[in-house]
Amino acid sequence: MADPLRRLAEQADPAAFRELYQTYGPRVKAYMMRRGADPATAEDLAQETLLTVWRRASLYASEKGSATTWIFTIARNLRIDRLRREMPWQELPEGRQEQASSEVAPDEAVSEKERQGRVRLALAALPPDQHAVVALSYLEGLSHGEIAQRLGLPLGTVKSRMRIAYQKIREALEDLQ
Amino acid sequence: MSITHHLDDATLMSFAAGALPGALAAVAAAHVAMCPRCRRELATLERIGGALVADLAPVDLGHAAPSLPGPASAERGPGANARAGVGELPWPIAGMVAGGLDAVRWRRLGIGVWDHVLPIAGAGKLRLLKVSPLRNVPEHGHGGAELTLVLRGSFYDATGRYAPGDVADLDADVAHQPVTDKEGDCICVVASETPEEFRSVLARQWQRWRGF
Repeated sequence: MADPLRRLAEQADPAAFRELYQTYGPRVKAYMMRRGADPATAEDLAQETLLTVWRRASLYASEKGSATTWIFTIARNLRIDRLRREMPWQELPEGRQEQASSEVAPDEAVSEKERQGRVRLALAALPPDQHAVVALSYLEGLSHGEIAQRLGLPLGTVKSRMRIAYQKIREALEDLQ
Repeated sequence: MSITHHLDDATLMSFAAGALPGALAAVAAAHVAMCPRCRRELATLERIGGALVADLAPVDLGHAAPSLPGPASAERGPGANARAGVGELPWPIAGMVAGGLDAVRWRRLGIGVWDHVLPIAGAGKLRLLKVSPLRNVPEHGHGGAELTLVLRGSFYDATGRYAPGDVADLDADVAHQPVTDKEGDCICVVASETPEEFRSVLARQWQRWRGF
C-alpha cells in the first residue's frame, strides 16, 4: 500500500488520515506525555498535531521529506506553543523546511527514507551515556543545564556527549549528502 | 553575507529538540534564518527527533480519529509573509523591533554602550546591545549560556571577527574580550540564560581593569 501521508497529500483521502492517526497518534501522545503533558492534554495535542498534518498535507507533497520527521517538527512546535503562547518564532522549523526544500535537488528526495533509516541505526548504536543525553533533550525537552542536573554531570560533559553523538550521526549520513 | 561563526552543535541539537530556553531559542532561530549551513544541519538534527518519536512505545488513544474539517486545503503553514525579514533583521526578531534598528529607544548603560530589552516569553533575557567603535563588548562570561548575534557592524576577539549573521556561542568558561571594530556602531541581539544586568557586568569589568 502506498505511503498514507503521500495518499493524504495527493488525494486528500480520509481513509489515509485514519491510518496515519492510528500509526502516529499513539506515538505523538507518548511524546507529549514525556514532555510533561497529562494524558488528556497529550491526547488533545496528538489530535491537533495530526489535524495540522491533514491541513498541511499538500505542503508535504512538495517537500518529500520523511513523514516521521515532519510529524515530529509539528508536534514539537505545538508543544512549545502550548508552553509559551506568544513565542513569535516557534513556527520557524516548518518554515525552514519549506525554504530548505527548494535548495534540495529532486533526486535527493529518493534517499530520504534511506537517511531516516541510517539516523535510526546510528542512534541505536550510540553508547548508553550518549543516547541518554540525546533522549532527554528530544523527548523530555530538557536544556543542557537541566540534563546536567538530572544526570549529576558537569555541563561541559553533557554538551560534549551531544556533540559526539551528533558527529556520529552526521558521519552515518556522509555519503548520502 | 558570508557567515563564519555558527551555533555550537550542542546548541543546534537543543534547538532542533525544542529544548532551548526561550531567549536562546530566539537568537538561534534568528541565526538559522540567516544561515543556510545551519538550516541544513537542522534538517539532519530533526531526523533524530523523528526517529526517537517513531520508536516510542505507543500510548493508547482514548478517542477515535477526530472528524475532519472538510477536505485538506492548500494551507501553506504560517504564511510566507510572516517569515519575511526586514532589512538587517531576520524574521524571528523583526516583529519585536518595529521600525528597524534606527528607531530603537536605547538605554544608556555606560560610555559607548546601550541596550534595549526585547519582550520575550519563556526563560532567559533577550536584548539588543549597541556598542560604539573600539570599545569592549560587555559579556557576563559565567553563570549560564549566552548567544550573541551580530546585526550591524562587527567585533573581534581571540576567536576571530564577527560580522552580521555571525553568532558567538562560546562555553561560559571561555574567557574572551570582544572589541568592536572602528567602522561605526556594532549592534547585536544577545540572549542570556541567566538574566544578569549588564550594569553589574560593566562595573565588574571596570573593577578588573582597575586591578581590584
